[in-house]
Amino acid sequence: MQELNGLNDNIAVLKQEILDGAEKLGSSKELYEFKKTYVDGKNGKVNQLMKEMRNIPADQKAAYGKSVNELKSWAQEFLGGLDEKMKKMELEKRYEAEQVDISMPAVKKIPGNLHPITQMRNQLIDVFAGMGFEIYEGSEVETDYYNFTALNTPQDHPARDMQDTFYLSPEFLLRTQTSAGQIHVMENRKPPIKILSPGKVFRSDDDATHSPMFSQMEGLVVDKGITLCDLQGMLDEFVKKIYGEGTRTRLRPSYFPFTEPSVEVDCSCFECGGKGCKLCKGTGWIEVLGAGVVNKKVLENCGIDSDVYSGFAFGIGIERTAMLKYGINNIKMLFESDLRVLKQLND
Amino acid sequence: MIVPLSWLKEYVDIDIQPQELEGKLFSSGFEVEELTEVGKDISKVVVGLVETCEAIPDTHLHLCQVDAGEHGKFQICCGADNVKAGGKYPVALVGATVYATARDHKTVEGVMTIKKGKMRGYESQGMLCSGVELGVSENMYPGAGYNGLLVLPEDAPVGADVKPLLGLDDWLFDIAITANRPDCQSIWGIAREVAAILEKPLKMPALDYTETDVEKEGFTVTVDAPDLCPRYVAHYVYDVKIGESPAWMKRRLALVGLDAISNVVDITNYIMKELGQPMHAFDDSYLEGNAIHVRRADDGEKIVTLDSQEYTLNTSNLVICDGVKPVALAGVMGGLNSEIREDTTAVMFESAKFARDNIRRTARALGKRSDASARYEKGVDEYATEMAIRRALHLIEELGCGKVSRTHRDVNTGNSIEPKELKVSIDRVNKCLGITVPDEDILRIMKNLQFAPEINGDELKLQIPAYREDMESYQDVAEEVIRMYGYDKLTPTFLKSAEVTTGGLNLMQRTELKLKRALCAAGLYEGMHYSFFSPSDLDMLKYPEDAKERKAIRIMNPINEELSLMRTTLAAQMIHAIGRNQKRGTLQGRLFEVGNIFIPEELPLTEYPDERTTLCVAIFGEEESFFTLKGIAENVADTLCLNFTYERAQKTFLHPYQTASVICNGETVGYLGKLAYDIKNDEGMRTDAYIMEIDLKTISQWYGKKPVFEPLPKFQEEKRDIALVMDKKVTCGEVEAVICEACKYVKQITLFDVYEGEQIPADKKSMAFTVVFTPKEEAFTSESVDGFVKKILKQLNRKYGIEMRS
Repeated sequence: MQELNGLNDNIAVLKQEILDGAEKLGSSKELYEFKKTYVDGKNGKVNQLMKEMRNIPADQKAAYGKSVNELKSWAQEFLGGLDEKMKKMELEKRYEAEQVDISMPAVKKIPGNLHPITQMRNQLIDVFAGMGFEIYEGSEVETDYYNFTALNTPQDHPARDMQDTFYLSPEFLLRTQTSAGQIHVMENRKPPIKILSPGKVFRSDDDATHSPMFSQMEGLVVDKGITLCDLQGMLDEFVKKIYGEGTRTRLRPSYFPFTEPSVEVDCSCFECGGKGCKLCKGTGWIEVLGAGVVNKKVLENCGIDSDVYSGFAFGIGIERTAMLKYGINNIKMLFESDLRVLKQLND
Repeated sequence: MIVPLSWLKEYVDIDIQPQELEGKLFSSGFEVEELTEVGKDISKVVVGLVETCEAIPDTHLHLCQVDAGEHGKFQICCGADNVKAGGKYPVALVGATVYATARDHKTVEGVMTIKKGKMRGYESQGMLCSGVELGVSENMYPGAGYNGLLVLPEDAPVGADVKPLLGLDDWLFDIAITANRPDCQSIWGIAREVAAILEKPLKMPALDYTETDVEKEGFTVTVDAPDLCPRYVAHYVYDVKIGESPAWMKRRLALVGLDAISNVVDITNYIMKELGQPMHAFDDSYLEGNAIHVRRADDGEKIVTLDSQEYTLNTSNLVICDGVKPVALAGVMGGLNSEIREDTTAVMFESAKFARDNIRRTARALGKRSDASARYEKGVDEYATEMAIRRALHLIEELGCGKVSRTHRDVNTGNSIEPKELKVSIDRVNKCLGITVPDEDILRIMKNLQFAPEINGDELKLQIPAYREDMESYQDVAEEVIRMYGYDKLTPTFLKSAEVTTGGLNLMQRTELKLKRALCAAGLYEGMHYSFFSPSDLDMLKYPEDAKERKAIRIMNPINEELSLMRTTLAAQMIHAIGRNQKRGTLQGRLFEVGNIFIPEELPLTEYPDERTTLCVAIFGEEESFFTLKGIAENVADTLCLNFTYERAQKTFLHPYQTASVICNGETVGYLGKLAYDIKNDEGMRTDAYIMEIDLKTISQWYGKKPVFEPLPKFQEEKRDIALVMDKKVTCGEVEAVICEACKYVKQITLFDVYEGEQIPADKKSMAFTVVFTPKEEAFTSESVDGFVKKILKQLNRKYGIEMRS
């Protein structure tokens, strides 16, 4: 009996020992070791108590076993709870220790960007591709025939003075207009034709607003029954998509040898909405492109029957459009590859 | 072209404000680039009567009491030497604006506002003005050139604004004339348009004169080059008295920017501006042989023009000769030998039409342009030749500076344009426009434009005056109709009769854009450079004389030598771009350009050159290396689903040991490498740069390759790290090739360490690789992988004596 009491006392002592010991634990790692010493494993102190069973009289074995089991499950639960608490606390501490100064600079992988002319070009292509235009890129070197003659600008035509041309030979030249591509397309295709022809063009001009190389985008539609009203309708759509919904167009007479009637197209100033500002020089309008109904002689030069088909063409200066959009005042800046400039022009 | 409103009003009654006229011109196709009032800077200057004028002792000043009529009486100190009591002068009232002049009283230095002031203790309430201070020259107002006060006429009303009196209330329209309307390159031509726009009658300039009985016996005009000279009219004028032109003529010439020279010369200039017809006057006494010949110049023939410049001519130039020698470079400038002088007593007037392209070519070839050549290049109005000679003879009489003989020679070589009839369908005109313009509006517009229209059913019949060479078809009629009817009357439609088409980018265009976007994602910025470059760029790149890059197309008429060759490489401009960036403080960066290089088949060109779309990449800065550039090359390959390999190579402008060719499907498609240090220094770079060029035109044949999906491995992949020791000269690529060949299950080899140092022999290096094996038919056992490694090691040892690192 005394033995049993002594053994029962051992249970109580062990319980107290666990309670006392647990109070001193400072980390979940210590707790893990503690649990190993007392509860977990064959040699844990609680299991050791079970080994005393053989010293217990048979009639008391059940009671003793029960007490040890009780101690065991109590210890598991108690230490389990403690573990959870401790891990939570430790996690909090870890988070706290890892606090950062969120105002410090970001670490980022900086992508580059497309040239502003490519960006502008892509925007224009998007608009017109949606209207069913194919993209045709002609060559930069052209013949006199495709650049001038076929476009109704024969040798002694006064319009040849409008553009100073770089010649590579008496026959070959650097195209002065993307319109040159029109002819190649019309020679090889039957209407309906809807093409957009972006590319570099060249004129012998060199100052702050003129660069000897710049980019144009020519659009051409040839089909049955195309009218000047269609031209305006399409350009209305175009300026709305590029400059915003409220933008209006205005046509006024102009002259290009390959279109008749020819027009300059102005759009209402996207800076001031047409009230007049510095950008539009107080007029409320900004010149955006030249256009017109394709001259029947041009159609005929390409073997297209002008009694059946008609068309319109328009040409947009891409640099000018980009410069207006980004507020760049010197065209040369676009050809210098100055990273300080290129980094800013991301659209 | 400058058009003074006062001159225009001589032919049309203009009853609207200049600004309104500007708007109307603009919407009918004549953009007014600038509209300025002649006296825009002058205000509050009135006629003042100097009542008393007393010299201020010991100064050059006078103290004047000036009556300015309704504006009051003022005390004004005046320094001019011609001020006197009883005189009338322009007086700038307090608050007036006039031009400020320098100490010489001649040079304008800006605009000033008149304030009350004190001079030598005398109060001065305003300023008496000189011509310069009002912006009025001697030619604009007689006496205004005097360096002192501008003296006004005795009958000038005291207190009245001086601007109308001095013509300062006139307006100048600077009008841009489109190339299809050479007939509007004159005051008269614009007047004709204005009359049509305002629907007002057009008044003819006076053309009448009286011929005497005098005949220059035997005088002949012959045209030997009819293709270059469709018409030549000459008229002989005698008893000429050279002198000054009248004030009105001098004033008009001054308004359009011409100096008065002498009456006869001024008449020719006046007519050029008024009617758009260049004219010339020869001093008849210097014309030999009693004849004018219009002919092509002989090769090497020389002429000295009015401005004392000598030119050597050839057969493409047209000259006007007397019976013996050239006396003018046709359409460009007269000869010095027959110039009008003070003692000229007889004149041969010339009014001619020359072929515009010939004049242009001559003017360009000789680098000589004049007002006349500029006019001829644009094309001279068909009627003007005859009208101009008549106008000149009228003015000779009006100015009283000569007598008009009977000697009139008119050679019409049959190349003239005649008035023509044009019949168009009204329906086609309307279909071109997309709206239906009422017949009565069409009739009205055509009538205003002097086309004498008639409508019969759908047919519109027009009589086109010869000066409207541009009127040829229903499209031209449509333009005339709509510019007068108003573009605002169009109703926008959206291709209502067109077929639906599909559009968008093709494979080539899509792939190029995809490539550009991939490069941007890798931190590159797109740049763009000219398609032409400098011969010195090829020197910079140290290309030898026989390099294919040297075979570049030359521009015949470049802006300058720096922009004279079509580029054969993108590298040169890219290297300059890096240099510029570094000089501007950007020492780290990544750039690319996609552009064409131009490879001629033959020089000079006989066919289109090969325009090869090329990619150039340049990176520079501390963070970059050969391998970061190679990474970009790999990006390019991956984006296009291609495989690049690299071979050691040499480039004249790159580091001899850090350069490689890029190879794709067995073809060399480009190069990459580190920029040579001498070029780096010459270009002012502080950090190293790396350049790559890839011929996109070649690789475009493989565009559109799709990545092939490989089913995921059924069995676990195995990885082994292998550290190897080898001779220093063995390359990573060689090792990788052996590993790959040795075992078919090798999927991936990654170099992760390179070591040279104490732990291995001095002539060796160590390279460590991770090799990934992918099982195919069945899962690997650890033993089978060990077997692969063993096999690999054996091969490496056999080929390069490579050992496993212990």
